[in-house]
Amino acid sequence: MSTETALGVTDLHVYLGESHVLQGISFSVAKGGVTALLGRNGVGKTTTLRALMGLVPRSRGVVEVQGENVTRLPTHAIVRRGVGYVPEDRDVFAGLTVEENLRLSERGGNGRYDLVYDLFPELKERGRQRAGTLSGGQQQMVAIARALLNDNSLLLIDEPTKGLAPLLVTEVAVALERAAELSTILLVEQNLGVAKRVAEHAVVLDGGRVVHEGPAGELLSSPERVRELLGVHGAAH
Amino acid sequence: MMTPRRAVVPVVLLILLVVLPFLSVDIPVLFGGPLDSPGTLNLLALCLVFAGVALSYDLLFGYTGLLSFGHALYFALGVYLPAIALTEWEWSLPAALALLAVVAIALPLVLGAVSLRVTGIAFAMVTLAFAQAGNVIVQTNPGGLTGGDEGIILNFDPLPDFVVGIVNTKYLYWLALGYAVAVFLIARAAIGSSAGHVWRAIRDNERRVEVIGLRPYPYKLLAFVLASFLAAWGGFLWLLLIGVTPEVTTATFTLTLLVMVVLGGTGTRFGALVGGFAYTLLDNRLRNLAGEERIQELPDVLRVPLSEPLFLLGALFVAIVFFAPGGISSFPARLRSLVYRRAAKESAP
Amino acid sequence: MSTFVLLTITGLGLGALYFLIASGLSLIYGLMGVLNFAHGAFITFGAYAAWWITTHVEASAEAELILATAFGLVVGAVLAAAVELVFIRPLYRRPVEQVLVTVGLALALGALVFGIWGADPKSFPDRPGEVTALPSWMIDTTTILGARIPNDRFVEIAVAVVVLAGLTAFLRFTRIGLIIRAGVENRAMVTALGIDVRKTFTFVFAVGGALAALAGVLSGIYFSTVDPGRGTSLLIFAFIVVVIGGFGSIGGSAVAAVAVGLVQQYANFYAADWLDWSGAGDVAVMFLLAGVLLLRPEGLAPKVAH
Repeated sequence: MSTETALGVTDLHVYLGESHVLQGISFSVAKGGVTALLGRNGVGKTTTLRALMGLVPRSRGVVEVQGENVTRLPTHAIVRRGVGYVPEDRDVFAGLTVEENLRLSERGGNGRYDLVYDLFPELKERGRQRAGTLSGGQQQMVAIARALLNDNSLLLIDEPTKGLAPLLVTEVAVALERAAELSTILLVEQNLGVAKRVAEHAVVLDGGRVVHEGPAGELLSSPERVRELLGVHGAAH
Repeated sequence: MMTPRRAVVPVVLLILLVVLPFLSVDIPVLFGGPLDSPGTLNLLALCLVFAGVALSYDLLFGYTGLLSFGHALYFALGVYLPAIALTEWEWSLPAALALLAVVAIALPLVLGAVSLRVTGIAFAMVTLAFAQAGNVIVQTNPGGLTGGDEGIILNFDPLPDFVVGIVNTKYLYWLALGYAVAVFLIARAAIGSSAGHVWRAIRDNERRVEVIGLRPYPYKLLAFVLASFLAAWGGFLWLLLIGVTPEVTTATFTLTLLVMVVLGGTGTRFGALVGGFAYTLLDNRLRNLAGEERIQELPDVLRVPLSEPLFLLGALFVAIVFFAPGGISSFPARLRSLVYRRAAKESAP
Repeated sequence: MSTFVLLTITGLGLGALYFLIASGLSLIYGLMGVLNFAHGAFITFGAYAAWWITTHVEASAEAELILATAFGLVVGAVLAAAVELVFIRPLYRRPVEQVLVTVGLALALGALVFGIWGADPKSFPDRPGEVTALPSWMIDTTTILGARIPNDRFVEIAVAVVVLAGLTAFLRFTRIGLIIRAGVENRAMVTALGIDVRKTFTFVFAVGGALAALAGVLSGIYFSTVDPGRGTSLLIFAFIVVVIGGFGSIGGSAVAAVAVGLVQQYANFYAADWLDWSGAGDVAVMFLLAGVLLLRPEGLAPKVAH
């Protein structure tokens, strides 16, 4: 695969215990912009991201980042190749301060603090506050900020708007748009409005496989297709 | 259930073990004297005792997934309680044994009820703590009951004649064999019962057991009490074979039970039996080897490790964990796969 | 009253030893999820290493002690790092096997000590021709509220306080400390930030080993001897301290260590009077552990979310 592809996944299989969760997923993400990873609840979207990160064992398949085969690499090595990760439950370090959470993500002793504080000014104010005492929305900002701190070429973002109030959802969407100018993003998102707003492409999973790959706007504007593939009533709002 | 073909080897082995005291056969290296000599019979009896005790521990660890670091406490109970009853309180044998039976159920019931309120590492630590408490009680000798470091010299009067005296070692041997067989049969029955299925379910995924609607706690407690009860009788046999020694209350002793079970292979039909037997035999043989002149004459660098059986056994254990985590039980399968792989390699173009 | 004061200081001295061992164990378990039974070997080897120095070096009592302690620390750190690299690291992601390996190492290394130095305790520090070779000011006693307390007890307490402060500062202000604090909370996420935690593991193991060795040396001063069983007997109490204090929490270990040390001393003494039995304190601690666990299975200061 050429380096025009930010991420290439070929025949990825993942077993969680006895369950064959991913049964040979293949898709690619072109450089630049946002690709949405969609599907019903429990279909394996989060598992896919975790498998790409090396956080769950992969039994078969090839993962390539920027054309480089990273399948056998441990998680930290994959990340060091320029991959940022925003997990589904944010996973901020509750006992550390906001500033410490960010500082931990630094690679090589520096980070794009200007960018991060520009996007999320509140984080600068609350620098010395323990992350565990932040609200859900603020923790989400910390989680995104961590991934943006470094000049990552690929960002894997898992349901960043989950459980957030509408105002915060918009803030996150804006942040995603800004981030998309700098990195390629693979975004798992249940909120179809956000997905339609920020994503150019869509990959849909079902039954452990990829069942659709194509432009996001086309998919998300058609209520029948949405219902068929995602089991959700109504189009994006 | 065992098919008739698979039952052949164990049954033949059992018959061999039963008639062993009549065989005046010499097996060099493995034993220091002919099979019917008291020394060898005593050793074999000990091996059988630990085969049984290891299996009792396997019920806890291998089948129910409970990592207990305090199993030796109940073994020690079987050593000390009858000794105290017979010697210090001058009870008759039936009375002493009845007492042991009652306490060997009551004590694990109480301690288990408390310990099992937590799981995982916390459970392991609580069991370790209780066992250490036992060790402290024995060492500090409250009221002169436990004899501290020196132990108690057993009063043999209440015991029947056939278990006393070197010439009667073969009866102790058969007693030990009976114990091992009894533990095996009881364990098999328990494992095959519906409770046994729940144990294995708990070991594999406790949460799923709760989802089905069962409470793991009573099942875990049952395993705990049964395993402890079985171990206590092993302790009584130790009392008859060796006597009262405070070493059975040490943490090291408890850890060696774990080694025995892992060595043999946890959660397998015969693994624990083999592990307990093999470990005890190895330990004895290494101790003898350590005392020999040709070892004592070696340069320090070799002499030191070779004179400490526990060093070699610990190292062996580490090797097993690294290279053969399934223990001895996994050897046949490993050997088979090695042979097949070689055959496949040779037959491939 | 004077007895009470003596018991208190002695209990704190013992607690100091427990804290030094428990802090390392706590970090190791909190960060790596490894229950390190081999920790007792670090204690014992550290003690014997220090003892060895005192038998081979001729210097002033203070200098000898400092040299012995330093050497013990190095031996403990190196031994621990070696154990981690050779035996623990290859079993990453196999936590049950990791614990089993530490059990095997505990048995093997414990037996090795017996083999090398024999079962008899050796007096510490060991200088031929002298009853005891501690600096005289440590043998002297200070009288507090009527109690005559040997000064070495204060040394042990002071060392523990310094270590507590040092560890806390290290965790607060250094990058490795930051990684450790985060890793105790969520190891996987730390790797997801591009950090190779395995190097931190070795570091934490080495620090734990050094602290354990330090405890071994101090225990040599406390008991006036080094013996092969020292590591194991201290380790059990250190485990109890770790569980009561909460895995991964230095502060929790400190509080628990004080509690355990004091309970042990008070119960041992007062029960000896009352029950004619000297073991009550040790047993009381065991039940303290059981009690704490039943009320709060995560310990006093829960910090771990693996």
